[in-house]
Amino acid sequence: MTLPPGVRSKDFTDALKQFGEAVGKEWVFTSDEDVNLYRDSFSPFWHEEEDPVPSAAVAPNSVEQVQAVLKVANQYKIPLWTISTGRNLGYGGSAPNMSGIVMLDLKRMNRVLDVNEANASCLVEPGVNYFDLYKHIQDRKLKLWLDPPDPGWGSPVGNTCERGGGYTPMRDHFEAHCGMEVVLPNGDVVRTGMGALPGAKTWQQYRYGFGPYLDGIFTQSNFGVVTKMGFWLMPEPEAHITGIVSAPRHDDLPRFVEILSYLLNTGAVQGTTRIFPGVGFTFGPPDPEYQALRAKPGGPSNAELEAYALKKGVGFWSTTLPFYGAPKVIAAQWEYAKEKFSAIPGITFRDGASYRFPLSPGEIEKIADPVSLGIPNLSFFGRPGPRSEGHIFFAPIIPMSGEGVFEAQKVFDKAFADVGQTANRGFLFPQSYFPRSFVVIFTFPIEHDVEKNKKNREMYKHLVKVAAENGYGEYRTHTAFMQDAMNAYSFNNYSLLRTHEAIKDALDPNGILAPGKNGIWPKRLRKARA
Amino acid sequence: MKNLACWLTALGTFFAPALLAQDEDTLVKGKAVFVHVCEPCHGVGAAKAGTTVLQYRYKGAKPALLSDRTDLTPEVVKAFVRNGVGLMAKFRKTEVTDAELDALAAYVTRKDKSKP
Repeated sequence: MTLPPGVRSKDFTDALKQFGEAVGKEWVFTSDEDVNLYRDSFSPFWHEEEDPVPSAAVAPNSVEQVQAVLKVANQYKIPLWTISTGRNLGYGGSAPNMSGIVMLDLKRMNRVLDVNEANASCLVEPGVNYFDLYKHIQDRKLKLWLDPPDPGWGSPVGNTCERGGGYTPMRDHFEAHCGMEVVLPNGDVVRTGMGALPGAKTWQQYRYGFGPYLDGIFTQSNFGVVTKMGFWLMPEPEAHITGIVSAPRHDDLPRFVEILSYLLNTGAVQGTTRIFPGVGFTFGPPDPEYQALRAKPGGPSNAELEAYALKKGVGFWSTTLPFYGAPKVIAAQWEYAKEKFSAIPGITFRDGASYRFPLSPGEIEKIADPVSLGIPNLSFFGRPGPRSEGHIFFAPIIPMSGEGVFEAQKVFDKAFADVGQTANRGFLFPQSYFPRSFVVIFTFPIEHDVEKNKKNREMYKHLVKVAAENGYGEYRTHTAFMQDAMNAYSFNNYSLLRTHEAIKDALDPNGILAPGKNGIWPKRLRKARA
Repeated sequence: MKNLACWLTALGTFFAPALLAQDEDTLVKGKAVFVHVCEPCHGVGAAKAGTTVLQYRYKGAKPALLSDRTDLTPEVVKAFVRNGVGLMAKFRKTEVTDAELDALAAYVTRKDKSKP
């Protein structure tokens, strides 16, 4: 049996027995067959020694059981790695960051504790996934929308703890949360915001409570186990439309993004948007004419690409604008957006999808990706093709400006060329999951091929380094690269990380919770930092 | 010998409805697991990635919908659930217990042609 780092065999045996007494022995998993189920299904270390394998998993069903598990872990200094539904695929899945750690699997805590239609809010446990919450709402015919990320099998609590994003006006998941319950490493139960008030009537109404606002420190961290979280939901809108805007010239991008940014920041456009190039962007087979253009020595000029775009009627840059609300209001917002974008000569507009709510099950069935309608699904996994074996994401934040996009494009094109990736990787595809900035997501395929995965890991680390040298950092990363990503945030001799670790040592003196998560190490294991 | 045969017949008559009820109960439980865990990806509809991928893979040689398959065995179903395949990540025992997996396998293979 693998042992947790620094734990003696007898202590581990005793701890497992006590974990069993805490949660029921059938919910403590120690066989190879069972612990292998916790390995990352999209591991960048397939078939390598470094692929993290836990020593055991323990699955509590209540706050009291979480407290009991933490007590045992403290007694024997056993490191735990918390998962909610364990579906953080692309960022580590259900696996820890190193072998031997005991998984604290919260999937059994899967209760929807409250949904308040009038306040458009809910309170859920970490094992609830987006499908569960959606079903709960639909079964009760409540006029509420949730905001799922691309894969609906994730946990609202887990996704928010990782600061994920979605597509509707509630797309910034941390921003949409309202109140947490956290079990601290010493077993103390803390409720944030108004939840700290016994008999609170507004836990899911007012986020901040009184005094310092702590919620952020329990996200992307290892300071506590989140056992409940409140969320604001969206009242079902009457309608949704999308408008597609295309600009004809390469150099239109700065003005194009400036207008888009204004519309987002003033609330005229409320969902996730993205900039995509009309030229060369296709889900279908590539156009031979475009391929011939790309194959020219030195690549095509902007003028040639603009002429190609004009001929194909696709526009050089495009974006899709989502509008949610009353039909008259969103029609007016779309008209207003057109008015603003008309400052760009040659701009073109097209009406996109249009829905009135509620939709019937038959109507929903026909929609290829209903995530922007608040309907959880897994269509994302149908996109990379039937032979795909997984992926990991490199996800830096870049400025929401045309100049910022051009600069980032040059930086990352060069970064790929540095490591011999000269093939055209295409446009960055910036997306507005969060206010005031773009996220660009680079997808690295995972294969059961050791050499390819090694090469991709080297490339990934190179990208993190180059990004940092140019002022970009990731918003979230795979467990394998958490230290690299955190090291980029090095202002004033890593003062932010030093602050994190001061909090870590104060709250978790035995260093039992997820050592090394997001680059934060407890004092006793700090020497393990890569 | 004749008496033994009579006894066996009587036992069969006595237990058959109970066994049928048990099978029925397993299928009901299995269907519930299928709807909760599998259908979001393997159901009917444009957003069902599992169905889309199997359609692409089999190109009509086998049904893309798991619920239409007649060639799956319980062992195969369990292996896919516990090991995953392609982008389908494996399922832990806190997501699908062994008992739920047995019921699920019984439900998914209820049309298995090789069954007596």
